[in-house]
Amino acid sequence: MPGVLTAIVLLPLLGFLLNGVLATQLGGNVAGKRFVTAVGCGLPLLAFALAIKSVLDLQAGGYVPLVETAYRWALIGRSSFDVAFYFDRLTAIMVLVVTGVGSVIHIYSVGYMAHDKSFGRFFAYLNLFLFFMLLLVLGRSLLVLFVGWEGVGLASYLLIGFWFDDLANARAGKKAFITNRVGDAGFLLGMFVLYQAFGTLDMDRINAAFGVGAAAVVPATLVGVLLFIGATGKSAQIPLHVWLPDAMAGPTPVSALIHAATMVTAGVYLVARMSGVYLQAPEASMLIAVIGVATAFFAATIAITQTDIKKVLAYSTISQLGFMFLALGVGAYGVAIFHLVTHAFFKACLFLGAGSVIHALSGEQDMRKMGGLARKIPVTFVTFAVATAAIAGIPPLAGFFSKDEILWYAFASTQGGSPLLWLVAAATALMTAFYMFRLLWLTFLGNSRVDPEVEHHVHESPLSMTGVLVLLAVLSAVGGFIAVPHFLAPQLPLPAVHEELEHFETPLLVLSVVLALVGLAAAAFVFGGPPARAEGLRRRFAGLHRLLTGKYFIDELYERLIGEPLVWVSDRVFLRLGDRRILDGTLDGMAALGRRGGALLGRVQTGSLHLYAWFVALGIVGALLWSWHHV
Amino acid sequence: MDRTQMLLAVAIGLFSLGLLGVIVRRNVLVMLMCMELMLNGVNLSLVTFAQQTATTAGAVLVFLTFVVATAEIALAIPIVLLLVRDKRTLDLDAYSDLKG
Repeated sequence: MPGVLTAIVLLPLLGFLLNGVLATQLGGNVAGKRFVTAVGCGLPLLAFALAIKSVLDLQAGGYVPLVETAYRWALIGRSSFDVAFYFDRLTAIMVLVVTGVGSVIHIYSVGYMAHDKSFGRFFAYLNLFLFFMLLLVLGRSLLVLFVGWEGVGLASYLLIGFWFDDLANARAGKKAFITNRVGDAGFLLGMFVLYQAFGTLDMDRINAAFGVGAAAVVPATLVGVLLFIGATGKSAQIPLHVWLPDAMAGPTPVSALIHAATMVTAGVYLVARMSGVYLQAPEASMLIAVIGVATAFFAATIAITQTDIKKVLAYSTISQLGFMFLALGVGAYGVAIFHLVTHAFFKACLFLGAGSVIHALSGEQDMRKMGGLARKIPVTFVTFAVATAAIAGIPPLAGFFSKDEILWYAFASTQGGSPLLWLVAAATALMTAFYMFRLLWLTFLGNSRVDPEVEHHVHESPLSMTGVLVLLAVLSAVGGFIAVPHFLAPQLPLPAVHEELEHFETPLLVLSVVLALVGLAAAAFVFGGPPARAEGLRRRFAGLHRLLTGKYFIDELYERLIGEPLVWVSDRVFLRLGDRRILDGTLDGMAALGRRGGALLGRVQTGSLHLYAWFVALGIVGALLWSWHHV
Repeated sequence: MDRTQMLLAVAIGLFSLGLLGVIVRRNVLVMLMCMELMLNGVNLSLVTFAQQTATTAGAVLVFLTFVVATAEIALAIPIVLLLVRDKRTLDLDAYSDLKG
């Protein structure tokens, strides 16, 4: 029976339809900004309220998962495909994050997009995104999840290319969409394999089936790897991470909502949701851990040299997602979700803070043209600083708790933890602190490098924006005290740790704090001092610097390996040979044959009736002669 | 040479005469008349065979041929009239507009 869960999902869809029809060119812009704001922010807030109600219901029911079947999609033979919603502890956290952080970002957007001519369209897209995201996290079946999965991809595409007048933005949207399709192919194959093996796509049933030894039916590693390929696409992990930095072409609230807090974490959610499979697939889990930590490390190195404020945050997001996958890979599913939650808080705060900076500087995103903004936009600065400290892992802020737990399980988990993983992750944590404080320094501290023309207009953002920043900064500060892994433990138990390593816990904790502080100190030393210091460093490692600013030239590599051969094949084989030579050639040939044959036979038609009569007479005689011989 | 053979010879003669006329003459009306000649040749052969085999089917078919020939000529004459009104001639060579 449809109920509260269905309402949570459908409310944003209603917002999309109202705003999409009434407040865009489609319906002749009949609705004003006030209507758009009320609908665009009101319905997500309502969904958030219903989400809280559902959590209370869940609690009252002793944490027995709530299930609602909204609609029977298809009945094929005996298999029925239902649009069913499933609400357990994991869903509860995801829905609260999506609707909660989603709602505040909607509110922030009211101020940020106030002067945009497509105000209504923006909110329609944001609500559409929220609808699909809720479908994704609430769906009981992989099929419903996949619809949401593709839907958020669509919303992401629409919002990256929101200012499509600029061709670069449209290209970035296309790149995101196409890169995701590669991952989706893996996801689909995984779904096929699962369906063939179990005849159902309901995730709770699949998990349960793997729990009782279904490995004989279908190898868990195969399923795990295929689904993980899907996750690498959506969550921007190596080798499909290339789309996320380009996705920063969208408006900043979009980057905060979709490309930091919610959509890109869908892959993490998927793996955590399918934990029943991964518990049976140590090889797939190891792959996840290795890919995760590698992504975290490489993205962090790239982030060090980026100069665009949003690009730094984008690589930081990829890096943090890598951390989450590392946690998933060592079996600490609850911890990954914990980091997902805290990351949603501080990364949303960072992106929105960056948006506030960009807003203040009339669209400037280059950190080389910032500096000394702390006094001019103090609220933004303070909130940004809190979120930076949180992501760097300085206690007692949110990031410290979640990151430290990831490091600990990477070190000591019995499900694939190893000191090597810890070492790479710790190095990444150090770099995280370094590049985040570099970002803070270059943007807010030191001497101003802002254009005098722009500097004149620098102003703090309106209350709707700063209020959200303060709220998120508070959450970034105290979010670590929400015991997410503990809450999830009955559903996603934490892995056991090697006993002989247990006494390392406190030293490692201290060490990770020290690493964060070292990162801070190094950034302060390099970028707080005279500019020559950073310049000298760059000159000494010129080759490395080039490699990092070029993002390891992976885009170029893909262009060479995939893009150019594809263009070559399309042009030579499909266009010139297939289309022009074979298809057009066949048709042209047939037409020419008809024309020539017609010209030849046309000569017989002399227009002389006598000749025709002759032919008739000859025909008759011929027929008579033939029958004479044959009858 | 018995009577049947003689009648058939006459029928063939009529038919050949008609065919020759259709092939060599240029006057449209004459060609139509020659076609009637061919029909008559066929009719003659039909009644001859009917008599020889002592059946009535051949004789009945002759009446059918008469009717069809009448209808045909009733259509053909107006067509010829229209053609003549268009080109002011009965010469067949003038009518070659559909030449390929």
